[in-house]
Amino acid sequence: MTCDEAEILLHALIDGELDAGHARDVETHVAACPACAEKLEAFRAMRQAFAQAPLKEAAPAHLRNRIEAALAVPAAKISTPRQSWLASARASWKNFFGGFAVGTALSAALAASLVIAVIRNDQNQQIAGDVVSAHLRSLQAGHLTDVETSDQHTVKPWFNGKLDVAPPVIDLTAQGFTLIGGRLDYINGQPVASIVYRRRKHVINLFVAQPLGAAVHGVKDETVQGFNIRHWSEAGLDLWAVSDIDAGELDEFGQKFTAALHAPGPS
Amino acid sequence: MTATDNVDGDRARRFRDAALPHLDDVFTLARYLMRNAADAEDAVQECYLRALRHFDSYRGPAMKPWLLAILKNVCVAEFARRSRQPVPAASAEDDTPLEEVPMWQEPQASPETELLRRFDDATVRRLVGALPQPFRETIVLREINDLSYREIADIVGAPVGTVMSRLARARAMLRTAWNAEDGS
Repeated sequence: MTCDEAEILLHALIDGELDAGHARDVETHVAACPACAEKLEAFRAMRQAFAQAPLKEAAPAHLRNRIEAALAVPAAKISTPRQSWLASARASWKNFFGGFAVGTALSAALAASLVIAVIRNDQNQQIAGDVVSAHLRSLQAGHLTDVETSDQHTVKPWFNGKLDVAPPVIDLTAQGFTLIGGRLDYINGQPVASIVYRRRKHVINLFVAQPLGAAVHGVKDETVQGFNIRHWSEAGLDLWAVSDIDAGELDEFGQKFTAALHAPGPS
Repeated sequence: MTATDNVDGDRARRFRDAALPHLDDVFTLARYLMRNAADAEDAVQECYLRALRHFDSYRGPAMKPWLLAILKNVCVAEFARRSRQPVPAASAEDDTPLEEVPMWQEPQASPETELLRRFDDATVRRLVGALPQPFRETIVLREINDLSYREIADIVGAPVGTVMSRLARARAMLRTAWNAEDGS
Protein backbone atom coordinates (compact mmCIF):
# COMPACT_ATOMS: atom_id res chain seq x y z
CA MET A 1 0.00 0.00 0.00
CA THR A 2 1.28 3.45 -0.92
CA CYS A 3 1.05 6.51 1.31
CA ASP A 4 -1.40 8.10 -1.15
CA GLU A 5 -3.74 5.16 -0.75
CA ALA A 6 -3.25 5.04 2.99
CA GLU A 7 -3.98 8.74 3.29
CA ILE A 8 -7.49 8.18 2.03
CA LEU A 9 -8.10 4.81 3.59
CA LEU A 10 -7.09 5.83 7.08
CA HIS A 11 -10.19 8.00 7.17
CA ALA A 12 -12.30 5.02 6.22
CA LEU A 13 -10.50 3.15 8.98
CA ILE A 14 -11.32 5.62 11.74
CA ASP A 15 -14.86 5.94 10.42
CA GLY A 16 -15.31 2.18 10.72
CA GLU A 17 -16.01 1.80 7.02
CA LEU A 18 -13.33 -0.73 6.17
CA ASP A 19 -13.78 -4.45 6.22
CA ALA A 20 -11.46 -6.40 8.50
CA GLY A 21 -8.96 -7.36 5.79
CA HIS A 22 -8.41 -3.84 4.52
CA ALA A 23 -8.36 -2.40 8.01
CA ARG A 24 -5.47 -4.77 8.69
CA ASP A 25 -3.72 -3.62 5.50
CA VAL A 26 -3.95 0.02 6.54
CA GLU A 27 -2.74 -0.79 10.02
CA THR A 28 0.20 -2.73 8.62
CA HIS A 29 1.18 0.23 6.45
CA VAL A 30 0.78 2.68 9.32
CA ALA A 31 2.93 0.53 11.59
CA ALA A 32 5.80 0.85 9.12
CA CYS A 33 5.27 4.48 8.10
CA PRO A 34 5.80 7.21 10.71
CA ALA A 35 4.30 9.93 8.49
CA CYS A 36 1.02 8.07 8.05
CA ALA A 37 1.04 7.03 11.71
CA GLU A 38 1.26 10.66 12.72
CA LYS A 39 -1.67 11.54 10.47
CA LEU A 40 -3.74 8.68 11.78
CA GLU A 41 -3.18 9.82 15.32
CA ALA A 42 -4.02 13.44 14.51
CA PHE A 43 -7.23 12.51 12.72
CA ARG A 44 -8.23 10.13 15.50
CA ALA A 45 -7.82 13.00 17.97
CA MET A 46 -9.90 15.19 15.72
CA ARG A 47 -12.69 12.61 15.58
CA GLN A 48 -12.54 12.44 19.34
CA ALA A 49 -12.94 16.20 19.58
CA PHE A 50 -15.94 16.02 17.27
CA ALA A 51 -17.50 13.22 19.23
CA GLN A 52 -17.19 15.15 22.48
CA ALA A 53 -18.38 18.53 21.24
CA PRO A 54 -22.17 18.88 21.33
CA LEU A 55 -22.36 20.08 17.76
CA LYS A 56 -25.89 19.13 16.95
CA GLU A 57 -28.08 22.15 17.28
CA ALA A 58 -31.53 21.85 18.77
CA ALA A 59 -34.19 23.21 16.48
CA PRO A 60 -35.76 26.24 18.13
CA ALA A 61 -39.21 25.65 19.65
CA HIS A 62 -40.87 28.18 17.37
CA LEU A 63 -39.63 26.26 14.31
CA ARG A 64 -40.91 22.97 15.69
CA ASN A 65 -44.30 24.57 16.35
CA ARG A 66 -44.36 26.09 12.90
CA ILE A 67 -43.67 22.73 11.26
CA GLU A 68 -46.13 20.83 13.40
CA ALA A 69 -48.79 23.38 12.51
CA ALA A 70 -47.95 23.12 8.80
CA LEU A 71 -48.07 19.31 8.86
CA ALA A 72 -51.51 19.37 10.45
CA VAL A 73 -52.97 21.11 7.41
CA PRO A 74 -54.22 18.81 4.61
CA ALA A 75 -51.61 18.60 1.89
CA ALA A 76 -53.61 20.45 -0.75
CA LYS A 77 -53.95 23.51 1.46
CA ILE A 78 -50.31 23.88 2.36
CA SER A 79 -48.73 27.10 1.28
CA THR A 80 -44.99 27.38 1.15
CA PRO A 81 -43.27 29.87 3.41
CA ARG A 82 -41.83 31.99 0.66
CA GLN A 83 -42.59 32.41 -2.97
CA SER A 84 -39.01 31.45 -3.80
CA TRP A 85 -39.32 27.89 -2.56
CA LEU A 86 -42.41 27.39 -4.66
CA ALA A 87 -40.74 28.64 -7.79
CA SER A 88 -37.79 26.36 -7.33
CA ALA A 89 -39.62 23.25 -6.20
CA ARG A 90 -40.22 21.75 -9.61
CA ALA A 91 -36.76 22.32 -11.01
CA SER A 92 -35.04 20.99 -7.95
CA TRP A 93 -37.04 17.81 -7.50
CA LYS A 94 -35.72 16.72 -10.84
CA ASN A 95 -32.24 16.82 -9.40
CA PHE A 96 -33.18 14.83 -6.36
CA PHE A 97 -29.99 12.86 -6.01
CA GLY A 98 -28.07 14.91 -8.52
CA GLY A 99 -26.77 17.71 -6.34
CA PHE A 100 -23.75 19.68 -7.31
CA ALA A 101 -20.70 17.61 -7.96
CA VAL A 102 -17.66 19.75 -7.44
CA GLY A 103 -14.40 18.01 -8.14
CA THR A 104 -11.77 17.77 -5.48
CA ALA A 105 -8.05 18.00 -5.72
CA LEU A 106 -7.13 15.06 -3.57
CA SER A 107 -6.95 12.08 -5.88
CA ALA A 108 -10.63 11.57 -6.42
CA ALA A 109 -9.78 9.04 -9.08
CA LEU A 110 -7.61 7.13 -6.68
CA ALA A 111 -10.36 7.12 -4.09
CA ALA A 112 -12.84 5.93 -6.68
CA SER A 113 -10.62 3.04 -7.63
CA LEU A 114 -10.05 2.06 -4.02
CA VAL A 115 -13.64 2.22 -3.01
CA ILE A 116 -14.98 -0.66 -5.01
CA ALA A 117 -12.68 -3.08 -3.30
CA VAL A 118 -12.76 -1.95 0.26
CA ILE A 119 -15.84 -0.17 1.48
CA ARG A 120 -18.00 -2.19 3.78
CA ASN A 121 -21.04 -0.43 2.44
CA ASP A 122 -20.66 -2.31 -0.76
CA GLN A 123 -21.87 -5.13 1.40
CA ASN A 124 -25.08 -5.27 -0.60
CA GLN A 125 -23.02 -6.49 -3.51
CA GLN A 126 -21.51 -9.23 -1.40
CA ILE A 127 -24.92 -10.11 -0.02
CA ALA A 128 -26.26 -10.39 -3.56
CA GLY A 129 -23.57 -13.01 -4.14
CA ASP A 130 -24.53 -14.77 -0.92
CA VAL A 131 -28.17 -14.73 -1.91
CA VAL A 132 -27.41 -16.41 -5.22
CA SER A 133 -25.20 -19.01 -3.51
CA ALA A 134 -27.96 -19.79 -1.04
CA HIS A 135 -30.43 -20.08 -3.92
CA LEU A 136 -28.11 -22.47 -5.76
CA ARG A 137 -27.53 -24.55 -2.62
CA SER A 138 -31.26 -24.86 -2.12
CA LEU A 139 -31.67 -26.26 -5.63
CA GLN A 140 -28.71 -28.64 -5.62
CA ALA A 141 -28.82 -30.34 -2.29
CA GLY A 142 -32.42 -31.48 -2.44
CA HIS A 143 -32.88 -29.27 0.56
CA LEU A 144 -35.28 -26.75 -0.83
CA THR A 145 -37.56 -26.62 2.17
CA ASP A 146 -37.38 -27.47 5.85
CA VAL A 147 -41.12 -27.24 6.12
CA GLU A 148 -42.94 -28.25 2.97
CA THR A 149 -46.49 -27.11 2.71
CA SER A 150 -48.57 -24.68 0.77
CA ASP A 151 -50.34 -23.63 3.93
CA GLN A 152 -49.02 -20.24 5.03
CA HIS A 153 -50.39 -20.86 8.51
CA THR A 154 -48.04 -23.83 8.85
CA VAL A 155 -44.99 -22.10 7.43
CA LYS A 156 -45.18 -18.93 9.50
CA PRO A 157 -45.24 -20.57 12.97
CA TRP A 158 -42.45 -22.90 11.90
CA PHE A 159 -40.06 -19.93 11.98
CA ASN A 160 -40.98 -19.12 15.57
CA GLY A 161 -37.97 -19.35 17.85
CA LYS A 162 -35.61 -19.90 14.92
CA LEU A 163 -35.24 -16.25 14.01
CA ASP A 164 -35.40 -12.85 15.63
CA VAL A 165 -37.99 -11.71 13.11
CA ALA A 166 -41.43 -13.00 12.17
CA PRO A 167 -41.22 -13.19 8.38
CA PRO A 168 -44.41 -12.45 6.48
CA VAL A 169 -45.53 -15.67 4.83
CA ILE A 170 -48.08 -15.03 2.14
CA ASP A 171 -49.72 -17.52 -0.18
CA LEU A 172 -49.72 -16.07 -3.68
CA THR A 173 -51.13 -19.15 -5.44
CA ALA A 174 -54.09 -17.16 -6.70
CA GLN A 175 -51.67 -14.63 -8.18
CA GLY A 176 -49.65 -17.28 -10.01
CA PHE A 177 -46.90 -17.92 -7.47
CA THR A 178 -47.36 -21.11 -5.46
CA LEU A 179 -46.12 -21.22 -1.90
CA ILE A 180 -44.26 -24.47 -1.41
CA GLY A 181 -42.61 -24.04 1.94
CA GLY A 182 -40.01 -22.42 4.13
CA ARG A 183 -36.41 -22.96 5.06
CA LEU A 184 -33.85 -21.59 7.45
CA ASP A 185 -30.78 -20.31 5.63
CA TYR A 186 -27.72 -18.18 6.24
CA ILE A 187 -26.79 -14.98 4.42
CA ASN A 188 -23.72 -13.02 5.40
CA GLY A 189 -23.37 -15.21 8.49
CA GLN A 190 -26.82 -14.32 9.72
CA PRO A 191 -29.82 -16.66 9.94
CA VAL A 192 -32.56 -15.66 7.54
CA ALA A 193 -35.93 -16.99 6.56
CA SER A 194 -36.33 -18.30 3.06
CA ILE A 195 -39.87 -18.55 1.83
CA VAL A 196 -40.02 -20.72 -1.25
CA TYR A 197 -42.38 -20.19 -4.15
CA ARG A 198 -42.81 -21.92 -7.47
CA ARG A 199 -43.68 -20.27 -10.77
CA ARG A 200 -44.29 -22.91 -13.40
CA LYS A 201 -41.09 -24.99 -13.08
CA HIS A 202 -39.02 -22.20 -11.60
CA VAL A 203 -38.20 -21.78 -7.95
CA ILE A 204 -38.23 -18.39 -6.26
CA ASN A 205 -36.42 -18.04 -2.95
CA LEU A 206 -37.59 -15.04 -0.97
CA PHE A 207 -35.04 -14.28 1.74
CA VAL A 208 -36.35 -12.24 4.64
CA ALA A 209 -34.19 -10.81 7.39
CA GLN A 210 -33.47 -7.83 9.51
CA PRO A 211 -31.58 -5.28 7.42
CA LEU A 212 -28.34 -6.99 6.42
CA GLY A 213 -26.53 -4.25 4.57
CA ALA A 214 -27.00 -0.62 3.67
CA ALA A 215 -30.60 0.48 3.46
CA VAL A 216 -32.20 0.42 0.03
CA HIS A 217 -34.55 3.08 -1.18
CA GLY A 218 -37.13 1.68 -3.52
CA VAL A 219 -36.45 -1.51 -5.39
CA LYS A 220 -33.04 -2.61 -6.54
CA ASP A 221 -32.87 -5.10 -9.38
CA GLU A 222 -29.73 -6.84 -10.38
CA THR A 223 -28.47 -9.91 -12.13
CA VAL A 224 -25.76 -12.07 -10.60
CA GLN A 225 -24.46 -15.18 -12.33
CA GLY A 226 -27.52 -15.11 -14.56
CA PHE A 227 -30.00 -15.04 -11.70
CA ASN A 228 -32.31 -12.13 -11.22
CA ILE A 229 -32.47 -10.52 -7.81
CA ARG A 230 -35.05 -8.08 -6.58
CA HIS A 231 -34.07 -6.38 -3.34
CA TRP A 232 -36.31 -4.10 -1.35
CA SER A 233 -37.06 -3.07 2.22
CA GLU A 234 -40.42 -3.19 3.82
CA ALA A 235 -41.86 -3.13 7.32
CA GLY A 236 -38.35 -2.92 8.75
CA LEU A 237 -37.26 -6.03 6.89
CA ASP A 238 -34.88 -6.64 4.04
CA LEU A 239 -36.31 -8.79 1.28
CA TRP A 240 -34.38 -10.47 -1.51
CA ALA A 241 -36.25 -12.42 -4.16
CA VAL A 242 -33.99 -14.53 -6.35
CA SER A 243 -34.88 -16.76 -9.24
CA ASP A 244 -34.10 -17.73 -12.79
CA ILE A 245 -37.44 -16.37 -13.99
CA ASP A 246 -37.10 -13.19 -15.97
CA ALA A 247 -36.77 -9.83 -14.31
CA GLY A 248 -40.27 -8.74 -15.33
CA GLU A 249 -41.90 -11.74 -13.69
CA LEU A 250 -39.77 -11.37 -10.60
CA ASP A 251 -40.85 -7.77 -10.36
CA GLU A 252 -44.46 -8.88 -10.69
CA PHE A 253 -43.86 -11.31 -7.85
CA GLY A 254 -42.46 -8.54 -5.65
CA GLN A 255 -45.33 -6.22 -6.40
CA LYS A 256 -47.93 -8.89 -5.67
CA PHE A 257 -46.17 -9.80 -2.46
CA THR A 258 -46.15 -6.17 -1.34
CA ALA A 259 -49.77 -5.70 -2.32
CA ALA A 260 -50.81 -8.83 -0.39
CA LEU A 261 -48.73 -7.76 2.59
CA HIS A 262 -50.61 -4.50 2.81
CA ALA A 263 -54.00 -5.96 1.93
CA PRO A 264 -56.50 -5.88 4.79
CA GLY A 265 -57.62 -9.12 6.36
CA PRO A 266 -55.90 -12.13 7.92
CA SER A 267 -52.58 -13.18 6.50
CA MET B 1 -64.72 15.19 8.08
CA THR B 2 -64.46 13.47 4.72
CA ALA B 3 -62.76 10.17 4.00
CA THR B 4 -59.96 12.02 2.25
CA ASP B 5 -59.30 14.08 5.34
CA ASN B 6 -59.10 10.87 7.35
CA VAL B 7 -56.58 9.34 4.99
CA ASP B 8 -54.59 12.57 4.93
CA GLY B 9 -54.74 12.79 8.70
CA ASP B 10 -53.48 9.26 9.21
CA ARG B 11 -50.73 9.74 6.69
CA ALA B 12 -49.67 13.02 8.26
CA ARG B 13 -49.61 11.38 11.68
CA ARG B 14 -47.41 8.53 10.45
CA PHE B 15 -45.17 11.06 8.78
CA ARG B 16 -44.87 13.17 11.92
CA ASP B 17 -43.97 10.14 14.03
CA ALA B 18 -41.30 9.07 11.55
CA ALA B 19 -39.85 12.43 10.59
CA LEU B 20 -40.05 14.82 13.53
CA PRO B 21 -37.52 12.92 15.68
CA HIS B 22 -34.90 13.96 13.09
CA LEU B 23 -35.70 17.66 13.29
CA ASP B 24 -32.48 18.56 15.12
CA ASP B 25 -30.37 16.73 12.54
CA VAL B 26 -32.15 18.45 9.68
CA PHE B 27 -31.91 21.82 11.38
CA THR B 28 -28.19 21.40 12.09
CA LEU B 29 -27.39 20.61 8.47
CA ALA B 30 -29.54 23.54 7.36
CA ARG B 31 -27.58 25.85 9.65
CA TYR B 32 -24.32 24.74 8.04
CA LEU B 33 -25.66 24.91 4.51
CA MET B 34 -27.57 28.18 4.78
CA ARG B 35 -25.83 29.83 7.75
CA ASN B 36 -28.41 32.56 7.97
CA ALA B 37 -30.82 31.39 10.68
CA ALA B 38 -34.01 32.60 9.01
CA ASP B 39 -33.12 30.93 5.70
CA ALA B 40 -32.19 27.74 7.52
CA GLU B 41 -35.57 27.64 9.25
CA ASP B 42 -37.43 28.23 6.01
CA ALA B 43 -35.40 25.48 4.35
CA VAL B 44 -36.23 23.04 7.15
CA GLN B 45 -39.91 23.80 6.92
CA GLU B 46 -39.88 23.42 3.15
CA CYS B 47 -38.01 20.13 3.55
CA TYR B 48 -40.69 18.71 5.84
CA LEU B 49 -43.54 19.86 3.63
CA ARG B 50 -41.87 18.40 0.58
CA ALA B 51 -41.13 15.15 2.41
CA LEU B 52 -44.77 14.87 3.45
CA ARG B 53 -45.88 15.32 -0.14
CA HIS B 54 -43.58 12.49 -1.23
CA PHE B 55 -44.10 10.28 1.79
CA ASP B 56 -46.23 7.85 -0.26
CA SER B 57 -43.31 6.97 -2.48
CA TYR B 58 -40.87 6.71 0.42
CA ARG B 59 -39.34 3.24 0.85
CA GLY B 60 -36.84 1.83 3.22
CA PRO B 61 -36.10 2.16 6.88
CA ALA B 62 -33.65 5.05 6.86
CA MET B 63 -35.68 8.21 7.35
CA LYS B 64 -32.84 10.50 8.38
CA PRO B 65 -30.78 10.33 5.17
CA TRP B 66 -33.94 10.71 3.14
CA LEU B 67 -34.87 13.92 4.94
CA LEU B 68 -31.32 15.24 4.70
CA ALA B 69 -31.30 14.55 0.95
CA ILE B 70 -34.48 16.58 0.55
CA LEU B 71 -33.08 19.37 2.68
CA LYS B 72 -29.89 19.45 0.66
CA ASN B 73 -31.96 19.68 -2.47
CA VAL B 74 -34.06 22.51 -1.10
CA CYS B 75 -30.91 24.45 -0.28
CA VAL B 76 -29.31 23.83 -3.67
CA ALA B 77 -32.50 24.98 -5.40
CA GLU B 78 -32.53 28.13 -3.33
CA PHE B 79 -28.93 28.92 -4.24
CA ALA B 80 -29.70 28.27 -7.90
CA ARG B 81 -32.66 30.61 -7.72
CA ARG B 82 -30.64 33.33 -6.07
CA SER B 83 -27.87 33.10 -8.60
CA ARG B 84 -30.41 33.90 -11.32
CA GLN B 85 -31.56 37.00 -9.51
CA PRO B 86 -29.88 40.28 -8.72
CA VAL B 87 -28.14 39.82 -5.39
CA PRO B 88 -30.11 41.62 -2.70
CA ALA B 89 -28.26 43.67 -0.16
CA ALA B 90 -27.39 41.52 2.83
CA SER B 91 -29.73 42.26 5.66
CA ALA B 92 -28.35 43.40 8.96
CA GLU B 93 -29.20 40.26 10.92
CA ASP B 94 -27.37 37.93 8.54
CA ASP B 95 -24.64 35.99 10.25
CA THR B 96 -22.62 36.04 7.06
CA PRO B 97 -23.46 37.56 3.71
CA LEU B 98 -23.59 34.10 2.21
CA GLU B 99 -25.48 35.21 -0.89
CA GLU B 100 -22.33 36.65 -2.31
CA VAL B 101 -20.43 33.38 -2.13
CA PRO B 102 -23.06 30.67 -2.12
CA MET B 103 -20.94 27.60 -2.87
CA TRP B 104 -17.40 28.48 -2.01
CA GLN B 105 -16.92 30.24 1.26
CA GLU B 106 -13.24 30.85 1.68
CA PRO B 107 -11.95 30.61 5.22
CA GLN B 108 -11.52 34.07 6.60
CA ALA B 109 -9.11 34.96 9.33
CA SER B 110 -10.68 37.30 11.80
CA PRO B 111 -8.97 39.01 14.73
CA GLU B 112 -10.69 36.87 17.33
CA THR B 113 -9.68 33.58 15.68
CA GLU B 114 -6.15 34.37 16.67
CA LEU B 115 -7.05 34.69 20.32
CA LEU B 116 -8.63 31.28 20.63
CA ARG B 117 -6.32 28.52 21.62
CA ARG B 118 -8.65 26.03 23.12
CA PHE B 119 -10.89 23.96 20.93
CA ASP B 120 -14.17 24.63 22.58
CA ASP B 121 -17.45 23.82 20.84
CA ALA B 122 -17.70 27.28 19.36
CA THR B 123 -14.27 26.92 17.78
CA VAL B 124 -15.01 23.54 16.28
CA ARG B 125 -18.27 24.89 14.93
CA ARG B 126 -16.61 27.94 13.46
CA LEU B 127 -13.81 25.99 11.81
CA VAL B 128 -16.32 23.62 10.23
CA GLY B 129 -18.44 26.56 9.14
CA ALA B 130 -15.42 28.14 7.47
CA LEU B 131 -14.78 25.10 5.27
CA PRO B 132 -15.69 25.59 1.63
CA GLN B 133 -18.56 23.65 0.22
CA PRO B 134 -18.73 20.70 -0.54
CA PHE B 135 -16.22 19.79 2.17
CA ARG B 136 -18.35 21.44 4.81
CA GLU B 137 -21.44 19.39 4.09
CA THR B 138 -19.47 16.16 3.85
CA ILE B 139 -17.90 16.60 7.27
CA VAL B 140 -21.21 17.68 8.82
CA LEU B 141 -23.03 14.68 7.38
CA ARG B 142 -20.30 12.39 8.70
CA GLU B 143 -19.42 13.85 12.09
CA ILE B 144 -22.63 15.47 13.21
CA ASN B 145 -25.41 13.66 11.34
CA ASP B 146 -23.46 10.43 11.76
CA LEU B 147 -24.19 8.95 8.34
CA SER B 148 -22.30 6.21 6.52
CA TYR B 149 -20.24 6.93 3.40
CA ARG B 150 -22.91 5.28 1.29
CA GLU B 151 -25.66 7.47 2.74
CA ILE B 152 -23.57 10.60 2.28
CA ALA B 153 -22.87 9.63 -1.33
CA ASP B 154 -26.60 9.35 -2.02
CA ILE B 155 -27.29 12.72 -0.46
CA VAL B 156 -24.56 14.70 -2.16
CA GLY B 157 -25.06 12.89 -5.45
CA ALA B 158 -21.45 11.78 -5.79
CA PRO B 159 -19.73 8.40 -5.80
CA VAL B 160 -18.48 6.97 -2.51
CA GLY B 161 -14.92 7.52 -3.72
CA THR B 162 -15.61 11.25 -4.02
CA VAL B 163 -17.06 11.27 -0.53
CA MET B 164 -13.90 9.62 0.75
CA SER B 165 -11.60 12.11 -0.92
CA ARG B 166 -13.73 15.08 0.22
CA LEU B 167 -13.67 13.80 3.76
CA ALA B 168 -9.90 13.34 3.66
CA ARG B 169 -9.54 16.84 2.24
CA ALA B 170 -11.96 18.37 4.76
CA ARG B 171 -10.11 16.84 7.68
CA ALA B 172 -6.76 17.93 6.27
CA MET B 173 -8.06 21.51 5.98
CA LEU B 174 -9.50 21.39 9.47
CA ARG B 175 -6.23 20.10 10.81
CA THR B 176 -4.36 22.97 9.18
CA ALA B 177 -6.79 25.50 10.58
CA TRP B 178 -6.59 23.80 13.97
CA ASN B 179 -2.81 23.97 14.03
CA ALA B 180 -2.86 27.56 12.88
CA GLU B 181 -5.00 28.46 15.88
CA ASP B 182 -2.92 26.41 18.23
CA GLY B 183 0.33 27.90 17.08
CA SER B 184 -0.76 31.53 16.98
